[in-house]
Amino acid sequence: MGSPVIKNWALARRRNNLEKRATIIQTIRKFFIDQGYLEIETPHRIPTPAPDSYIDAMACGDWFLHPSPEICMKRILAAGYEKIFQLCRCWREGERGRLHSPEFTLLEWYRAGEDYQTLMDECEELIQTVARSIGLEGRIHFENREIELIRPWEKIAVRSAFDRYAHLSMEEALSKNLFDEVMVNEIEPSLGIKKPTFLYDYPAERGAMARLKREDPSLAERFELYIGGIELANAFVELIDAEEQRSRFHQENANRRSLNKPLYPLPEKLLEEMNTMPPSLGVALGVDRLVMVLLGASSIDEVVAFNPEEL
Amino acid sequence: MYTVSDLRKGLKITIDDEPYIVIAFDFLKPGKGQALYRTKLRNMITGLIIDRTYRPGDTFEPASLEERDMQFLYKEGDQYHFMDNQTFEQMVIQEETLADAKNFLTENMNVKVLMFRDRPIGVDLPNFVNLRVIKTEMWVKGDTSKADYKPATVETGYVLRVPPFIEEGELITIDTRTGEYSTRVKE
Repeated sequence: MGSPVIKNWALARRRNNLEKRATIIQTIRKFFIDQGYLEIETPHRIPTPAPDSYIDAMACGDWFLHPSPEICMKRILAAGYEKIFQLCRCWREGERGRLHSPEFTLLEWYRAGEDYQTLMDECEELIQTVARSIGLEGRIHFENREIELIRPWEKIAVRSAFDRYAHLSMEEALSKNLFDEVMVNEIEPSLGIKKPTFLYDYPAERGAMARLKREDPSLAERFELYIGGIELANAFVELIDAEEQRSRFHQENANRRSLNKPLYPLPEKLLEEMNTMPPSLGVALGVDRLVMVLLGASSIDEVVAFNPEEL
Repeated sequence: MYTVSDLRKGLKITIDDEPYIVIAFDFLKPGKGQALYRTKLRNMITGLIIDRTYRPGDTFEPASLEERDMQFLYKEGDQYHFMDNQTFEQMVIQEETLADAKNFLTENMNVKVLMFRDRPIGVDLPNFVNLRVIKTEMWVKGDTSKADYKPATVETGYVLRVPPFIEEGELITIDTRTGEYSTRVKE
């Protein structure tokens, strides 16, 4: 019968995607090093995650696998480091779908500063640089669409996005407890279709670790980046008031209790050190999703060597 | 009782006393928001398709269906003839009721016919079936630049994507839940 046939064809045919993924990760690393960021590694296994109503950490012995490196990264900021980044694996219990895997690759970067316009600019430069590194010139082909990367990208406030795309206003969605359903079913599919889109100024209760706007404390200084209807990155002007942060953690734990979820101890060392944090900006970007969108793949499963069901 | 973590393509549940089958399923989680489970459901009696989005904590009653072991005998136009393995009684099921299952039925195959109030409303297939490839393009051996799938037609007329090394006349295993190629059968 000639040459032996490769048994794991699904893996063999991902070679092109895996080669490009490697280029993307190397480019991300070089981008931040060139911008003067220090690459940091923090422990994957931590005593407690930041309490969050809807993020369940995976237990590992008496501790947890980190759902994101944010606690340790912020402690490093509080110690006077001004520009840091990390590329690492993160774990979140029970998340599995076309855009989710319980183990995934996250990029986080933080810098001292207060204006989140700076972060939007950095997102644009990063993604343009990464796209160029795999031969994409100025546009992405994704789900039969051409998405232009030419700047400036689209920016729309959450409230305006509800007015433009949804059947009810942001306030109505919040009061009817339908914010998430309307977001995924009516708004997200319209975001980042012609150009990447920044969705900004979230309602305060949707920004657990974000600073509130001085001119309107009902809004949190938070944005998300969407390309092709897919949420790629979340950014905050970081909350640096330890007392405020403590009360929000308690609120998140109270929500967890009402959802019958286990409560998490508070990350006390972060709270102790938080008051020496300079005004800071932070972004978390899903690397698997970025690779998926840039390669025009239909699921993150196509851009990783193994997904959980293949192990 | 099912919970949201049981939701998957092919699950059968009861809504308003009628049986529905999940035909598409997506796990969603808007940033910093709660997990949502978006489904497309087909009413197994009327064929009507509805969209429903569920939250963690939602529960479902399994569809109350009777399963009968039957053998597929033959197809005549758009009518599929089955025989009950216990009573030897014969039964006709329309092609549209079979939906995707028609792609994987070969003569003498044993299946479970799903009955709702004594009416057949669908069949449950084995998870994997073996079907013979009757048409596909030749593969130029050694051409590794095309490490991708090519179309192939199997004996039921169903067309799917297979690896390039699959040749006409070969038997392949198909996952009936996804309709996708699984492996080549050594004969």
